[in-house]
Amino acid sequence: MSSASLNPEASVAADSGHQPLRFYVPEPKCRPGSAPDFSGIQLPTEVLPRPPVDASQDQLHAYAYGLIRVLGDDHKIIDEWNPQLDANVLRKGLRSMLLTRIYDQRMLRAQRTGKTSFYMQCTGEEAIAVAQAMALEPDDMCFPSYRQQGLLIAREWPLVDMMCQVYNNSEDRMKGRQLPVFYSAKKAGFFSISGNLGTQFVQAVGWAMASAYKGDTRLAAAWVGDGTTAEADFHYALTFAAVYRVPVLLNVVNNQWAISSFQGIAGGEVTTFAARAVGYGLPGLRVDGNDFLAVYAATKWAIARARAGMGATVIELYTYRAAAHSSSDDPSGYRPEGEGALWPLGDPIERLKQHLIAIGEWSQEQHDALTSELTEEVKSAGKEAESFGTLGSKGTSPSTMFDDVYKELPQHLRRQRQQLGY
Amino acid sequence: MSAVIDTAAKPEVITFTEAFSRALHDAMEMDPAVITLGEDIGDEEGGGIFKVTKGLSTKFGTDRVKTTPISEQAIVGAAIGASLAGMRPIAEIMLMNFITVPMDQIVNHAAKLRFMSGGQTHVPITIRTRTGAGAGTGGQHSDMLEAWFAHVAGMKVVVPSTPADAYGLLLGCIFDNDPCLFIEDQLTRTQTGPVPVKGEIIKLGKAHIAREGTDVSVIGYGRPVRDAMVLAEKLAAEGISVEVVDLRTVSPLDTETVLKSVAKTGRAVVIHEAPRSFGCGAEIAARIQESLYSELKAPVLRVASRDVTVPFSRVLEAAYLYQASGIEAAIRQTLEKRAAR
Ligand SMILES: Cc1ncc(C[n+]2csc(CCOP(=O)(O)OP(=O)(O)O)c2C)c(N)n1
Ligand SMILES: [Mg+2]
Repeated sequence: MSSASLNPEASVAADSGHQPLRFYVPEPKCRPGSAPDFSGIQLPTEVLPRPPVDASQDQLHAYAYGLIRVLGDDHKIIDEWNPQLDANVLRKGLRSMLLTRIYDQRMLRAQRTGKTSFYMQCTGEEAIAVAQAMALEPDDMCFPSYRQQGLLIAREWPLVDMMCQVYNNSEDRMKGRQLPVFYSAKKAGFFSISGNLGTQFVQAVGWAMASAYKGDTRLAAAWVGDGTTAEADFHYALTFAAVYRVPVLLNVVNNQWAISSFQGIAGGEVTTFAARAVGYGLPGLRVDGNDFLAVYAATKWAIARARAGMGATVIELYTYRAAAHSSSDDPSGYRPEGEGALWPLGDPIERLKQHLIAIGEWSQEQHDALTSELTEEVKSAGKEAESFGTLGSKGTSPSTMFDDVYKELPQHLRRQRQQLGY
Repeated sequence: MSAVIDTAAKPEVITFTEAFSRALHDAMEMDPAVITLGEDIGDEEGGGIFKVTKGLSTKFGTDRVKTTPISEQAIVGAAIGASLAGMRPIAEIMLMNFITVPMDQIVNHAAKLRFMSGGQTHVPITIRTRTGAGAGTGGQHSDMLEAWFAHVAGMKVVVPSTPADAYGLLLGCIFDNDPCLFIEDQLTRTQTGPVPVKGEIIKLGKAHIAREGTDVSVIGYGRPVRDAMVLAEKLAAEGISVEVVDLRTVSPLDTETVLKSVAKTGRAVVIHEAPRSFGCGAEIAARIQESLYSELKAPVLRVASRDVTVPFSRVLEAAYLYQASGIEAAIRQTLEKRAAR
């Protein structure tokens, strides 16, 4: 600090003989306008075997720093973690991922044309929600962030229902009350999305403990982003999960960005997000999040471990947010154009597709046909949803705004409703 | 780089966003102890999601203008710590609903440290945050929670109603020696007003008579004051003389200015955006009737939003939100009350 401050406390100690102290501010490697550069990303070469599900936590440290992969660079299988899935299952995964992407594309276009005011895509991250939904039982409870629409799609929740929420129309399950994409689908085991980041992590822990207390068999799984690991709720969840050996899956989707802050701001430069688990005494698995098979296999391992009474696993899903944070965001202000195309772990849909082709279970023609089929499916769902209205056209009546504040309508709200003329 | 810091061009008006931005810039220029921290605020990150901090990290360096991890409790806690070492930190909480996260640091520490240390320490931090319904951001991104903080001894709460006030009051917060919460309205951030005088601080704790009048006092802060000013002009054409009292600082409340105005007009309409029940309006109305009961020509009325969560849908949100027409109706009602007597 050069010039004098108005505050006397801002003074520094008289000559102490020590060097002045310092701190460090992380900076992203690439800027807008510069060439994308992922050379700093070192993919571990060592292949770690699938450990027994009851391995003790201290034998698992390496998994927090490695990277579990099944689909190698040549689209061939690296056998250690191969979940040995039937081709039909793989094709179902491919279908759900592709459907998620096409759905996102259509809804973003709908936002651009004023049919909704806000949208969030999960482009490049489809393998995570889809493979995890498929690894979980259909009635396991999901506590997602706003970027796991793939869970609903893999659970075959109707697209029309999702669209009506985004369009905020007369069929909107949330009655016009919640921001687009903040879905809530109780029957799909999909908990309401939170505005404040990370709150679902601790809630999932509590849900899973209650499930165990009731003698139930349903697990809970929760998702946060890399940026959200900086919130206290993330750390509270890990503490509880470790202390009580809670049957819960704690997933960190490291897509390299938190709005405009690169993952170094969340502490990703100094260690991995999976390694957060180590200090809490939990296993941490770092997984190639763009590898459908690896995500599936790691999730199955964590599920088996939870079912064996060994408690929670933290899974870091290493991926890249290929699209903008949301429809309100413009990434050209903070990262180079075209970074996504150079992401060293590729695109999840393309990788699974190429693998299926490599094993003779899929072809480009089939893929094109599927793409057309799903495009039609999304289009016709879109038409149906739009028949119930789009943003502001056919919404819920204001009279309903006083419902669900409490179970029973209190006097003052009844009066306020009457004042509105209802 | 940032247009807002360009003082060579002298526009006639500036937006709220420019006013916030200039205040931050000028405060940092005035005092090297002024630092700022918050999510996505640096130029590396594009200068903040609302661009208020654009240009600051480039000009003053990232050690003074820091993008932080998403840790609101640490943003406020670290600001408190830095203030103890002599800094004047400005902590940005991206949106007011996220301020529920650092409540412990604010309520139990920032607000109370002066008192509980026997006056040995003080916490000259400013928490800037942004909120407001009407922008279609839903109930977890638009709450007005000012009453919570006004209820805590030791906190100052400031809500500007013009860009010039925004500039002067933000400087007022930054150079105040107590913890201040400065609330920016997300709906009106592109609206304009006259340019403030560079470096001119508006002292906290003083209300401002935004318009003089004789028939009824309309008392509020922030966006509704802008509505009241428009209404006052309209009603003047009908011969109704409205006095508009802009509190500027919600807490500590300038009771004296409020009472003086209401003593003169004999009628009061208290307005705020936050839901009606247990809002700041109740406190203001209570202070008026406690002191001026016998002089009042009509009951003190409140205009506020409904007691429900801010809904997302435009139609519902409009039904939730206080309306200018509601303020007008309340003004007329207080005047009728007199006629009826
Ligand atoms: C408590 C809280 N602080 C800040 C925000 C604003 N915010 C919304 S999304 C986001 C970035 C989250 O990044 P990450 O956790 O990496 O998830 P991603 O968006 O990449 O999926 C921020 C800062 C918020 N919603 N809640
Ligand atoms: Mg992220």
